Amino acid sequence: MRVLYFAWLRERIGLPGEDVATSAALVRDLVDELRSREPRYELAFADMKSVRVAVDQVLSSFDAPLIGVKEVAFFPPMTGG
Amino acid sequence: MSVRVQAGDFDVGVELAALRGRDIGALVSFSGIVRGKYQLELEHYPGMTEKALAGIEAQAVSRWALQASLIAHRYGVLQPGEQIVLVAAAASHRHAAFEAAEFMMDYLKSEAPFWKKEGVGADAKWVDARVEDGVAMKRWDR
Repeated sequence: MRVLYFAWLRERIGLPGEDVATSAALVRDLVDELRSREPRYELAFADMKSVRVAVDQVLSSFDAPLIGVKEVAFFPPMTGG
Repeated sequence: MSVRVQAGDFDVGVELAALRGRDIGALVSFSGIVRGKYQLELEHYPGMTEKALAGIEAQAVSRWALQASLIAHRYGVLQPGEQIVLVAAAASHRHAAFEAAEFMMDYLKSEAPFWKKEGVGADAKWVDARVEDGVAMKRWDR
């Protein structure tokens, strides 16, 4: 699965994206896996109130299932316009 | 009906002229401009951005009787005074055009995957989302 990071999540993790092999059932399980990897992930996901998720390019929730999903993106609340 | 995501600038006069047509009696547009004294760097999510904007425009078209519409949004480094976004709605009468343009802007602020970084180098900081923008979007839920 492709995992993407934008804005300050990208900066804290130090990557725009990566391929992740995971058996996580839900988005929140994937977040837990990532957080347990290294401090930079822990830091990026420290305040989950400030993190949003898109599953296959559609805004989603941390309870969304990951079966069949190709791309998950994490980012702060959007500030367009 | 169209959406565009681009690094380059756009000419509002040219864009609005292209929307005029036979049954259009009202054309409302909104231009977002970089204000203040700091540059903005806009990051976006290629692929999702286009889908999100098209989805917002489609919602506006389904809610109001629009004859034409446009959402154009820039990304990259923008200086104070530069244009960031152009939203336009064309309809037979003004109320639909005014409301649809405001609806599209309200949704775009909170649901289009753009992030703004203000300033240059080590002093640059990410702009926080405003609570008011979320409230502005939710008022259309009725």
